[in-house]
Amino acid sequence: MSSYSVTEPSPRQKWAAGILVIGYALITILPLVWIITTSFKSPSDAIAYPPKTFFTPTVEGYVNVFTTRTRLSPEQLQALGEPTTWYDKLVRKDGLVISGPSRFAERFTNSVIIGFGSTVLCIVLGTAAAYAFSRFKVPLKDDLLFFILSTRMMPPIAVAIPIFLMFRSLGLSDTHAGMILLYTAVNLSLSVWLLKGFIDEIPIEYEEAALIDGYTRFQAFYKVVLPQAATGIASTAIFCLIFAWNEYAFAVLLTSGNAQTAPPFIPTIIGVSGQDWPAVAAGATLFLVPVMVFTILLRKHLLRGITFGAVRK
Amino acid sequence: MAQIKIQNVRKEFGAFTAVRSSSFTIEDGEFFMLLGPSGCGKTTTLRMMAGLELPTSGEIFIDGEEVGMKPASQRDIAFVFQMFALYPHMNVRKNISYPLVSQGLRGEEVKTRVAEVARILKIEHILDRPVGGLSGGDRQRVALGRAIVRRPKAFFMDEPLGALDAEFREHMAEELRALHDRMGATTVYVTHDQLEAMQMGDKIVVMNHGSVEQFGKPQQIYDWPATKFVAQFIGSPSMNFLEFDGMIGIGGTSVDLGGIRINVPAAREGRAGRLTLGVRPEHVTFRDDAPYRGRISAVEYLGTTQIVTLSTEHGDLKARISSAQTAREDELLGLDFDARTLSLFDAESGRAMISEGNEGVLAHG
Repeated sequence: MSSYSVTEPSPRQKWAAGILVIGYALITILPLVWIITTSFKSPSDAIAYPPKTFFTPTVEGYVNVFTTRTRLSPEQLQALGEPTTWYDKLVRKDGLVISGPSRFAERFTNSVIIGFGSTVLCIVLGTAAAYAFSRFKVPLKDDLLFFILSTRMMPPIAVAIPIFLMFRSLGLSDTHAGMILLYTAVNLSLSVWLLKGFIDEIPIEYEEAALIDGYTRFQAFYKVVLPQAATGIASTAIFCLIFAWNEYAFAVLLTSGNAQTAPPFIPTIIGVSGQDWPAVAAGATLFLVPVMVFTILLRKHLLRGITFGAVRK
Repeated sequence: MAQIKIQNVRKEFGAFTAVRSSSFTIEDGEFFMLLGPSGCGKTTTLRMMAGLELPTSGEIFIDGEEVGMKPASQRDIAFVFQMFALYPHMNVRKNISYPLVSQGLRGEEVKTRVAEVARILKIEHILDRPVGGLSGGDRQRVALGRAIVRRPKAFFMDEPLGALDAEFREHMAEELRALHDRMGATTVYVTHDQLEAMQMGDKIVVMNHGSVEQFGKPQQIYDWPATKFVAQFIGSPSMNFLEFDGMIGIGGTSVDLGGIRINVPAAREGRAGRLTLGVRPEHVTFRDDAPYRGRISAVEYLGTTQIVTLSTEHGDLKARISSAQTAREDELLGLDFDARTLSLFDAESGRAMISEGNEGVLAHG
């Protein structure tokens, strides 16, 4: 508080700041725009050079990402008769026919189950641990906290081989439970530390007041601390979800048939029939949606969460 | 309501002893002040009574029942925190009704009780507001409302006026005292402000360094401090201390202060060595032919009275005299002390020596 400048920035400073922010926003938004526009292009438009800014939009990419297709000879196509659905018609003009659904929906569902499952577990365990660290006399508290943090001091993938072997012998390879456990383990240190910061900020008097008012320790935690920690929990949940959602290396290594998530699946779309960039872009675009929705829903909390500790009430 | 008894209560935090062996009794319906400088253990003592802290040893009785190890939720007491601790995610009405909900009260009963409390505290108009935007005084009233709504055995207040600005504090202090008189509930009130303690309390415990220094009615404590610490802590300006080497026997009625005989209340115990004579500023009068002399070094004007600082053989001495009297700097004056009000302390231990004056006050404490 003390080292605050109370001087209003000059109009020139405001302009400079505005231009910087807009420039930064453009740089970050450009890849997203690129992916989203590509997903609506035809394959030839997608690889056109120079890149096409204006093009005839098509949902072919989206059709392709959800289906598998077979190339047939004109005679065979003739024999099939008229296409029955709009998406059939769409692929037919390239000499293809839809032979079945792709595994994208399944992979996407896996991502949702594993991403949200590990986030929920991370928040439940993290809140409980953070509360204990914040409020109770835990022997060797500082050492334990450091130990928890130290699990993040190397890239998680550095322990990929031991984890691969452990998962194999425990029967956790390629299971939802295994991936949820793994992502929870990786995220838990972040979640404990973030949440401890938030809970530390909640004055202990609130709980004491609740204890005096006749509530048990658990009720005080549940009814008084949790609502106060909502901001922290929301922003921690977003961080956890983004990590679990985007994780690629472990997913490649540990999942294949059953529990494969979307990130390792999306690149495999490429090879089905030539380089189908619109289909890849469509998969990536769809993949963005859940995290985006989740973040938008919690964005008010997120903003407060990012600045936590900076402003004293 | 409730009588509260503290017996040999001790609290250690690791190597630090916050409260060492305190004992006192708070009678039913009393407005009781725990007074002392910060870090003296007064808040810890209160928190042990409330059950927010467990005593290391000793016993706490509420209404004859030993509650030392009972959780706060089972003691049926209310606590008003310095920072109010209103639940920020609830509005005023919910804050006040929260303790009732835990008792299992429902619907109409809760509504009636909250309305009654709101009327007493004059906060009916803010019942449906969130607590975030309330002024300090209103927050204080809501905190009080949450305390009184459940009709507890006792109220514990930890510097409840500390967060208010000075102007408003006095007003709230009056309101608090009036509320207490109306409800008649035992109230234990922690403060470091001796004026607040004197003004509001039926009884005061003065604590220092984790120990009870004195326990009694405000006037007893002011008139007959048990230790030099109490004498200095209570009263503004504080009691003058004149340190000298001398002696007094049992039944002695005077001491020899640098060759001048000063009358004191008849001694009930004797001592020889380093002694301290304690004189309240208002018990110093000027008399030209008095043998004890002092030269005026400063005069502070306070409206109806003035504080005159005099340098004497035994250091600076402050006198409170009427502003009608004239006092000029550098004037050499004879000083008279009101013999019936003087205290003698053992300079080493700081303990007051028992005399005719204080035996009634200090004998039981």
